[in-house]
Amino acid sequence: MIPKDLLYSKTHEWAKIEGGIATVGITDFAQEQLGDITYVDLPKVGTVFEAGQEMGSVESVKAASELYCPVSGEVVEINQELDAAPEKINADPFGEGWMIKVKVTDEPDDLLSPEEYAEIAQAEH
Amino acid sequence: MPYIPHTPEEVREMLDVVGVASIDELFAEIPDELRPSGLDLPAGMTEMAVRSAMEGLASKNRTDMSSFLGGGFYDHYVPSASDMLISRGEFATAYTPYQPEASQGTLQAIFEYQTAVTRLFDMDCSNAGVYDGGTALYEAVMMAVRHTRRKTVVVSEAVNPIYRIVLSTYTKNLRLTLVTVPHAMGADDMAALARAVNAETAAVVVQNPNFFGVIQDFTALFTAARDQDAVSIISCYPVLQTVLKTPGAMGADIATAEGQSLGLPLSFGGPFLGIMTCRKDLVRQMPGRIAGRTRDAAGRTGYVLTLQAREQHIRRQKATSNICSNQALCALRALVNLCLAGEEGLIRQAALSIENAHYAAMRLSSIPGVRLLTPDAPYGNEFSVLFPINGKKVARALMDQGIVPGFPLGRYYPGLENALLVCCTEKHGREEVDRLARRVEKAL
Repeated sequence: MIPKDLLYSKTHEWAKIEGGIATVGITDFAQEQLGDITYVDLPKVGTVFEAGQEMGSVESVKAASELYCPVSGEVVEINQELDAAPEKINADPFGEGWMIKVKVTDEPDDLLSPEEYAEIAQAEH
Repeated sequence: MPYIPHTPEEVREMLDVVGVASIDELFAEIPDELRPSGLDLPAGMTEMAVRSAMEGLASKNRTDMSSFLGGGFYDHYVPSASDMLISRGEFATAYTPYQPEASQGTLQAIFEYQTAVTRLFDMDCSNAGVYDGGTALYEAVMMAVRHTRRKTVVVSEAVNPIYRIVLSTYTKNLRLTLVTVPHAMGADDMAALARAVNAETAAVVVQNPNFFGVIQDFTALFTAARDQDAVSIISCYPVLQTVLKTPGAMGADIATAEGQSLGLPLSFGGPFLGIMTCRKDLVRQMPGRIAGRTRDAAGRTGYVLTLQAREQHIRRQKATSNICSNQALCALRALVNLCLAGEEGLIRQAALSIENAHYAAMRLSSIPGVRLLTPDAPYGNEFSVLFPINGKKVARALMDQGIVPGFPLGRYYPGLENALLVCCTEKHGREEVDRLARRVEKAL
């Protein structure tokens, strides 16, 4: 499942950019690889990231992985529900499992289209 | 047994499998500035010369003296039942329970140890233990650095100087800034500590009682730290926690300790036990093993290692810490001791130790020219005393008579050359203290 209206990173994050605000999460492929997610460590509102910078981590029963911010900008909102219900990332990675919202200052050229990301996910499968 | 187990052929074979040409290439990713410029080793010696040098060192050990040494390691009585219980085969052979299939008994013992120390310190969570008090404090600082993503650590100079050396050694190449706040004649300088904590501070690190023996309440400092989103870390003396305001009650975020005083013999310096406890919201930063209790599919109680996803066998270089062993047997000894003594026993042990120390302080400070370093401050079973002459001279004179009167503070605190740190436990009777006082008076 790779929605057509999103942009992707090689590190399996997605971004939906609307009106200068990017909503960021991890892909269905990423949640499936991780397995049952037990904890997510998100940045604080107000943190400023460069695209590609580590922004937090996600932990499942079998692994913990870094999260990288796919765009440059300032964190304006985090999904606080994930603190109590990290399983939402497994259940609905592109919807209720969203992680942060970033006020975009720069969108890197190398974000992937759904088709390009599909190839990467296929290759890593 | 050969200590270099690989032949050149085997090394070659491994390099070929990995796909690198040489050992140097294998370690190529280690930056130049982190490589040693050389190992400063003396020339080789014959077996006979080595044996003689080692015997020379070993002969300096003494176990027959009347000792008033403390400074982080305490000569409390160890009940015989403790040795008997921990030397049971099921426990004594247990190496670090690293594998998921570690025995239920080992895991239950770790779980109970964690429960006991969290109750003792009034904290939410504990890990299975690390090497010693110094490394526990270092790991606590790294928890704070990861949690806050800040690089400056404020440390009171009244924290055990050995722990502070561990801290500066371990963090030397980590681009952290350690800000040491000077002590105020043996007391922690609360105002200066609070001033040093700002929006850049990852953690503030203190100790209770502090290295000089002074008991303090850090509640206000920890509140000030919280206002700056800094982590409050306290290193404490486990036995005294039964009678002091606990780390939890002071609002500490992380409490660590040297666990030796909980029934571990001094043994010329180890093995000891690093106790690490924290608030629940920091538990994912906690390094090492944590045992948890759960139910199996049939509803039976079972014990498992938990929160392992951040450990080095899974995360490799991204692991929370490289600490990979816990001190299972030492932690078990602490647990056995805590259970044997119980709450009342521990309080009694603490109270007796404190009574003996207060008697010693009274006797020593009534010698003309001798006074306490911090006469107005409360202290537990350890106190600092000032002589009119160099403390080392006093120590040397008494050691010739079979008494170690205390630790010369001048070794780590310039300006306190005339001071000794004196400790008592429940093992020091009045007669032993009276003899100390008489001999000190003669030595001056």
